[in-house]
Amino acid sequence: MNINSLHEQFKANLRKEKRWVRFYQILILVLFFVLWEVASSLRWIDQLIFSSPTKIGQLFVEKVADYSLLYHSSYTLFETVLGFILGTLVGTILAAILWWSPFLSKVLDPYLVVLNSMPKVALGPILIVALGPGMSSIITMGALISVIISTIVIYTAFRTVDSNYLKVLQTFNATRFQMFKEAILPASFPTIISTLKVNVGLAWVGVIVGEFLVSSQGLGYLIIYGFQVFNFNLVLLSLLVIAIFATIMYQLVELLERMLIKNE
Amino acid sequence: MTFLTVSKVHHTYFSSKTATEALQDINLSIDKGEFVSFIGPSGCGKTTLLSILAGLFRPTAGKVLIDNQDIHENADLSIGYMLQQDYLFPWKTIEENVTLGLKLLSKEKEAANELASKLLSDVGLPPVEKKYPRELSGGMRQRVALARTLAVDPKILLLDEPFSALDYQSKLKLEDLVHKLMKEYGKTAVLVTHDIGEAIAMSDRIFLFSARPGRLHQTFEVPEEVRSLTPFEARANPSYSTLFQTIWKELESLEHQQSS
Repeated sequence: MNINSLHEQFKANLRKEKRWVRFYQILILVLFFVLWEVASSLRWIDQLIFSSPTKIGQLFVEKVADYSLLYHSSYTLFETVLGFILGTLVGTILAAILWWSPFLSKVLDPYLVVLNSMPKVALGPILIVALGPGMSSIITMGALISVIISTIVIYTAFRTVDSNYLKVLQTFNATRFQMFKEAILPASFPTIISTLKVNVGLAWVGVIVGEFLVSSQGLGYLIIYGFQVFNFNLVLLSLLVIAIFATIMYQLVELLERMLIKNE
Repeated sequence: MTFLTVSKVHHTYFSSKTATEALQDINLSIDKGEFVSFIGPSGCGKTTLLSILAGLFRPTAGKVLIDNQDIHENADLSIGYMLQQDYLFPWKTIEENVTLGLKLLSKEKEAANELASKLLSDVGLPPVEKKYPRELSGGMRQRVALARTLAVDPKILLLDEPFSALDYQSKLKLEDLVHKLMKEYGKTAVLVTHDIGEAIAMSDRIFLFSARPGRLHQTFEVPEEVRSLTPFEARANPSYSTLFQTIWKELESLEHQQSS
């Protein structure tokens, strides 16, 4: 019995398991598309509504060639990223203001509850009239949908930071700003990151609904247009593109998480 | 020479339902370079008094003077405060933790880092500047917390049961270390503890508090022959046992009065 060889064996087992997990993940993906294709060509499902992977593939090639997919998706992606960043940033700043003034936070508490429970997308028509039917109202929608919940979650994280850290800082005569910078904010990074993860999904909802309403450009527009002319190939293609971009954004947030939180 | 004076301090905690009197008419004074302990049953307000000395909040009534200045009016007075747990910031390196106080006082970074290395070796640690707190043991982390407290060169050290969360061996070692450093640096120190032995072994004087409301019950002088020893050696001295018995009986009688 040799520890080194046992360790090698252990690592080999780990690698083996990882390979099998990866294998089944890919298998599910392939099966899904194959089944979809077969079901569609054998007319188990309605081709008009559910389309088929090959048709979507053909449309994809076509739309890439005439640059329209690139045009619409870059438009949507830009709005989503901006809405996402704005929503989280403004949420964090509002949370900081509430932490700064406990009195203000008591005053605003019921308003936050009301604003949080109200469906923000219902504000869409008002936003479009107020800001014009363009990018700015869609970005606002993407941000608005996540800002209140971010404020509430991050403010709760700020408040639950162990007060003994603040005691330590207080004995060093720290100002309230220094306490925020040295203890409150870094201690809340894990919560802010998980808010970011939730906000990735929320920002997509806000932006797609915004594009439904404005209906001039973007993937949301392609979906609504495809629906109106009964071109479900287009609808499903747009959905797939959204799924891919949303996943990439989520992965980027996880990368940020690994960079920010080194001490766990 | 009197360094710290507590005069006529009262403190009451208010909540919407109750008003709890934590401290009642506390008067005491501590000399420069003296090491004193606060002991007493739970609810005697010893930690409240320590927090008031640290300037964390103001007493309901009364004054605390250090060098004849009210501590709440002297903004640049530096006080060292050590808690039960180390409360090192987990996202900061050991070096950043030790120099935290200096950074807040906007001292030069290089000089601060140099001081940090010196302090870390003073508290008996190997060079761990670039490590994170999670990589150190509990005893080592409390040593780092001690270095962080000493870094700002405080006029007075307030120790709120800083050894109670440690294993027995680390506790004894750290007691010796703190005792030695306080004498070397000539610092005034106040220790809050519920361990009578620790109080006798480390201090020059012991203040015994009674509970509900917290009042100063009695003051004990630690005999010279115990004071001159390290805390570890002090525990073997015959005078240590005598004083231990006296304080033990006094504490017992206090608890009897309360339960009857």
